[in-house]
Amino acid sequence: MESLLEFFSFTNPSVVYVALGSVLLTSSSAVVGTFTFLKKKALVGDAVAHSVLPGICLAFILAGNKNPLALIIGAFATGWLSLVIIDFITEHTKLKEDTAIALILSVFFGIGILMLTNIQHTGNAAQTGLENFLFGKAAALVEQDLIVFGSVSAVLILLVALFFKELKLIAFDQDYAKAIGVPVFAVNLLLTSLTVMAVVTGIQAVGVVLMAAMLITPAAAARFWTNRVFSMTLIAAAMGAFSGLSGAYVSYVAPAMPTGPWIVLIISAIALVSFFIAPKRGILSRSLQQRNLQHTIMDENLLKELYHIREKEDVENKGRTLEEIVKERYFPKGKLQSSLSRLRRQGYVEKEGKYWKFTRSGYDKGKRMVKLHRLWEIYLSEYLRIAPDHVHEDAETIEHVITPELEAELEKILKYPERDPHQKEIPYS
Amino acid sequence: MEAVYIILTASMFSISCGLLGSFLILRKMAMLGDAISHAVLPGIVIAFLLTGSRDSMEMIAGAALLGIFTTFIIEFFHKRARLQTDAAIGVTFTWMFALGVILISVFAGQIDIDQDCVLYGEIAYVPLDLWITDGGQVLGPRALYVSAAVLIINVVFLLIGYKHLYLTTFDASFAATIGVSVSLWNYLLMGAVSMTTVAAFESVGAILVVALLVAPAATAYLLTEQMKRMLLYTVVISIIISIAGYYLAVAIDGSIAGAMVAVAGLLFALVLLFAPKQGYLTKLWKRRNLAEPTA
Repeated sequence: MESLLEFFSFTNPSVVYVALGSVLLTSSSAVVGTFTFLKKKALVGDAVAHSVLPGICLAFILAGNKNPLALIIGAFATGWLSLVIIDFITEHTKLKEDTAIALILSVFFGIGILMLTNIQHTGNAAQTGLENFLFGKAAALVEQDLIVFGSVSAVLILLVALFFKELKLIAFDQDYAKAIGVPVFAVNLLLTSLTVMAVVTGIQAVGVVLMAAMLITPAAAARFWTNRVFSMTLIAAAMGAFSGLSGAYVSYVAPAMPTGPWIVLIISAIALVSFFIAPKRGILSRSLQQRNLQHTIMDENLLKELYHIREKEDVENKGRTLEEIVKERYFPKGKLQSSLSRLRRQGYVEKEGKYWKFTRSGYDKGKRMVKLHRLWEIYLSEYLRIAPDHVHEDAETIEHVITPELEAELEKILKYPERDPHQKEIPYS
Repeated sequence: MEAVYIILTASMFSISCGLLGSFLILRKMAMLGDAISHAVLPGIVIAFLLTGSRDSMEMIAGAALLGIFTTFIIEFFHKRARLQTDAAIGVTFTWMFALGVILISVFAGQIDIDQDCVLYGEIAYVPLDLWITDGGQVLGPRALYVSAAVLIINVVFLLIGYKHLYLTTFDASFAATIGVSVSLWNYLLMGAVSMTTVAAFESVGAILVVALLVAPAATAYLLTEQMKRMLLYTVVISIIISIAGYYLAVAIDGSIAGAMVAVAGLLFALVLLFAPKQGYLTKLWKRRNLAEPTA
């Protein structure tokens, strides 16, 4: 608790660097990730992230120290190279893109590891901390790093803001973008460079191994909360920033811990919650919608069958037992009972002892379902020339979604027919 | 003798990976292999904590189940939350891997794996970890036996399942019509991939195992069109990278697994450019010869 206050009061300048740095790095990669996600190129980020390792090692060997600018340039070079090679392989061989990604990712990383272990074995004193780039160490951010990495992320966010419209266009419809005169090749090049830049800036806080998550996960989570690209970008950035800040805190409290895994775990928890509880698109809300739809269909079918029985016997509104209903059309018993009690609550049926019967509104509704079913059967057989014995199945599904407007239209074009293709009477109200 | 042990172990692991990898890349599931090899990490750490040792078949089996579970979760996100496949893969394996790394840091004192081991394994220590029977007889490095066992299991699996895997890979709908369960063989293959990556984890780490899965198979695929020949080439390439990788690592004093992958990358690049039929430069050269016929 004490450390929490100490951290979030931001009195210690090194805490400020670490916190500010982490937030900048994670939110800028989340912003870029939004577009790679929408382009369905999410895993490309994984390839770039692993591929910057040999560049970092090479820059270290050449520069002899951990100059952040040299490291960024080195990382940028091999990150870019990896994307060029992936494109080359996909275009010029029969290998598919996923194979190319997995191959380049692991081979570049392997070469990076070979160089890293070689550097470590030389015993060069300046190399300590180089392995922090693997899993990230936000606490290692100092003022100089913050200036370099911070300005790169500022440029990154600025570029996205400037070319927002173009990036959005190529993410959804490249052909359309080309048709209205967007320089597709240049914008793609921009997005590629932005991806590499995002990875390069993020590695200090998250590390190369888990950097892919910072590009993919915030965007995937944000997608569940909105349909607009602009708000999706903002939400992703906010989620990224929050995870970055929490990661910085963990790194501050437990310096031995790598930061990357914590940041990834936090952003993943946010994503997981989003997947489940987000309104409309979330798993829970989807299954709820599905269940409601199934209930409506079941209830409407039941009213329809009650009407059928009534129609056959042609007597005044008489109560029916469960057995009589099941005899007309089979419904599983549990479903039948829960449907009946739903209908009772809505005022469509009444119960007397073990007899169930229509109310006035239930009778009307059942009648309407039967009418819609039969009208649709006529429509199919007259306008689409489908044989009368094939029209029932289709009418069975469509009857639940016909709106009153469509109903009026059907009645009009069919000219209020009296009988359906099976010679049954069409009940008008 | 040490060199022989290391090269033998490395060869057997890379052959296992390469054989399975051939099916993975033909099924366009290379990234799923990547995901599984990352995602089994927490399983390995938890199994370490529970059993207190690393030589247990339970651990391999448990982690293999975790691999299948990962495939299942990815499928779940894709189907139930309508998340696009690439993002479903990316989200799932990163958090499981992150969890594994955190567990390793938290229990650093209690378990015998560190972050380096996760990344590139410790195949150089293979000869040091000997299997000694209760009678005190030294039978040689333990990893050698593990790799041999894994190779035998994989070869038997492929011998029995070759026809089914072949069918479900190339014509899933035909396979389904003649009663071969596509999802059963899919999960069996994923199980084999998980088991192999877990077993090879100690020797080559979680990320470089991806290179062993993909690189030899992709190289072989550029050399032939026939499945059986592709598997054969994969085996040969796996052996070459194990031998050359070992000597490269010794020469420049670096990680053996890293060197093996570097050699695999080099071989792939050579084939990509110079393969007799499909090489990029070969094709260019042929086209030029066609354009300027030497009369």
